[in-house]
Amino acid sequence: MPFIPHTDSDVRTMLDAIGARRIDDLFDEIPAALKSGPLDAVPPAVNEMEISRIMHERAERDGMPLNFIGAGAYEHHIPAAVWAITTRGEFYSAYTPYQAEASQGTLQMIYEYQTMLASLTGMEVSNASMYDGASALAEACLMAVRAHRKSKSARILLPATLNPTYRKVARAIAGMQEFTFDELPYDAATGRIRAESLAAFDGQDITALVIQQPNFFGVLEEVDELTRWARKNGTFIVAVVNPTSLALLKPPGKWGDNGVDIACGEGQPLGVPLSSGGPYFGFMTTRMEHVRQMPGRIVGRTLDLDGHPGFTLKLQAREQHIRRGKATSNICTNQGLLVTAATVYLTLLGPAGLERVASASHERTQELVRALTRIPGVRAKFSGPRFHEAVIELGRPAVGVVAALAERGIMGGLDLGTLYPELSEELLVCATETKTAADIEFFATALADVLKSARAA
Amino acid sequence: MSKIPSDLKYTKSHEWVRALPDGNVEIGISDHAQDALGDLVFVEVPEEGRKVAAGEAVAVVESVKAASDVYSPLAGEVFEGNANLAATPELVNQDPYGNGWLLRLKPADKSALAKLLDAAAYTKHLETEAH
Repeated sequence: MPFIPHTDSDVRTMLDAIGARRIDDLFDEIPAALKSGPLDAVPPAVNEMEISRIMHERAERDGMPLNFIGAGAYEHHIPAAVWAITTRGEFYSAYTPYQAEASQGTLQMIYEYQTMLASLTGMEVSNASMYDGASALAEACLMAVRAHRKSKSARILLPATLNPTYRKVARAIAGMQEFTFDELPYDAATGRIRAESLAAFDGQDITALVIQQPNFFGVLEEVDELTRWARKNGTFIVAVVNPTSLALLKPPGKWGDNGVDIACGEGQPLGVPLSSGGPYFGFMTTRMEHVRQMPGRIVGRTLDLDGHPGFTLKLQAREQHIRRGKATSNICTNQGLLVTAATVYLTLLGPAGLERVASASHERTQELVRALTRIPGVRAKFSGPRFHEAVIELGRPAVGVVAALAERGIMGGLDLGTLYPELSEELLVCATETKTAADIEFFATALADVLKSARAA
Repeated sequence: MSKIPSDLKYTKSHEWVRALPDGNVEIGISDHAQDALGDLVFVEVPEEGRKVAAGEAVAVVESVKAASDVYSPLAGEVFEGNANLAATPELVNQDPYGNGWLLRLKPADKSALAKLLDAAAYTKHLETEAH
C-alpha cells in the first residue's frame, strides 16, 4: 500500500492549476547531467512478509557472539524501560514536527536532551542532534572555519589517533570546500599525540585542532596541554568525546584554561543498540559566542503571552528554511527518536548511574587487559592511560586470530591492520559493564588456545 | 515615510554611504531597510583588514524573522566594524544613519562613490519598489 494520499486525479488537478504538464517539469531547472536516471541497482520491491523473513534470516546469520569490539560503537546495557518509553506514540517520530510549537512535549524532550548534553560536555549550548559522530565532526570542522573569522587558512589538524572513519568522513564532507587537513602522528610508545609534535605548527595560521578523548586506541590524550597549545596559537579546539566517559573524565568545557570551542561525538552509547551499525546519532555543543555558526535545530525555553513557560525553536535565522543557501547546514532533527532514547536513558540512570556504567566499563577493560596479557607473547601495546578500550599486541597477524575466535563465538576485537598497516599484529579490544569475569576468562582461554595452535601449525 | 538624508549616497539594496572628511567612508543600512527587517537581534560586522569587492556580502543583519546580507556599496578595505552592535544591535533600528553604522571602509577608488544613488534617486527607487 503506498503511503501517498494523492490520487492521479488530485495530481492532475494540481498540475493543471499551475500550468505544468508533468511532475518532472517542476524539476526542469536541475541540469540533466546532475540527474541520476533510473536506479538499476535497486532490487524490485518486496512485501512486508518477505522483507521480515529476509531480515530474520540475516539476523540469525550474525548469531549471538560474545562481543569485545568497540572502535566507535559500544555495547552497553539498555534498561528495558528506555525503548518502552521511546516507542510510545507521543514520542514516536524521527523529526521535529512541522508546526514545532504545537508539539510542546517533543520540544521539551529535546530541551532536556540539550541541557543534559551541555552539562555532560561542560559547554554552554547544545543543538538538537546530528546524524552520527563522524558527520558531527565534519560539521564541527565546517563550523570552526565559519566561526574562526580571524583565521584565513581553513587548515585543520587531524591526529592519527582520531577514529580513521571520522577522518575519512570529515575529508569527504568538508574536503569539497578547499580545506587543508594536516595529520598529526601518534607516539608509538604511549599511543597518543606527542604534544611536542605541535611545535612544528607554532605561529602558523591553523584554524582548528581536533582532539579525540579517549582516542581511537582507547588512550587518554593530554588534553590540557594540547588545548593550551591551541589557545596560545590562536587555534580553535574541536573535541570528539565519548559521552559515557564524561561521567568520569574532565569535560571538554574545562580542558586547558578555558575549555574547547566545539565538542561533538557519537551518541550511540547512550541507550542506542549496536544494530548492524545504525541508525545512531551525533551530538554537538559549543560556547554561546559561537552559537550563530552552529548547525542544526536548537530548542529554547520561553514564556508565552500569559506568562506560562513554554518551548520554542530558537535562532532559526541560521536555518535553511530562512537562510536558504547560506544556512549553517542542511541538517534538521532526523535522529529525534534516538535522541529520545538517549534522554530517557540518561534520565533513568542519572549522573550516579552513568558514572557506575563508566567505572564498570573501565574496570572490566583493565581486567581484560590483565587476563589477555598473561598469555605468553601477548602484551599491551601502549603505555598511555586508558578508559574502556586497549590495543593488544599478539605477536602474529591479527586477521587469522580474529577469524579463529569468531569460530568459537567470540568477536575478539578489531584487527587494526585494516586501518593502520603498521598495526597488523594488533587487536583493539573493549569490555563494557556487559562483560562478566567469566566472559573475560572465556575470551582469554580461547585466545591462548588459538595462539598456541597457530604456533604449533 | 522613511528618512532619507540628503548628504548620503545609497544603493538599490538599501545600504547608505557617508563620505568622511579623510576620504574614507562609513556604511550602514537605510531607515527603510531597518524598518522592513523589524527588531534586530544580531549584527555580524566584518573583521578589520578584510578586503571586499563592490556588491560583496560584508555584514549580516538578523531580525526575529530573517537574516539578511549587507552588500558593500564600494570596493575597498574594512578598517573598522561597529563594535557596539555586538551588545546593542538595536542601535541600527534606533539610529540607522548615526550610531547604527555598520562599518568603515577605505575605498579602492574614491570616484566610485559618485556613481551611487543620491537621495532623490533612492527615494524614487523606493517608490518604484513599493508598486
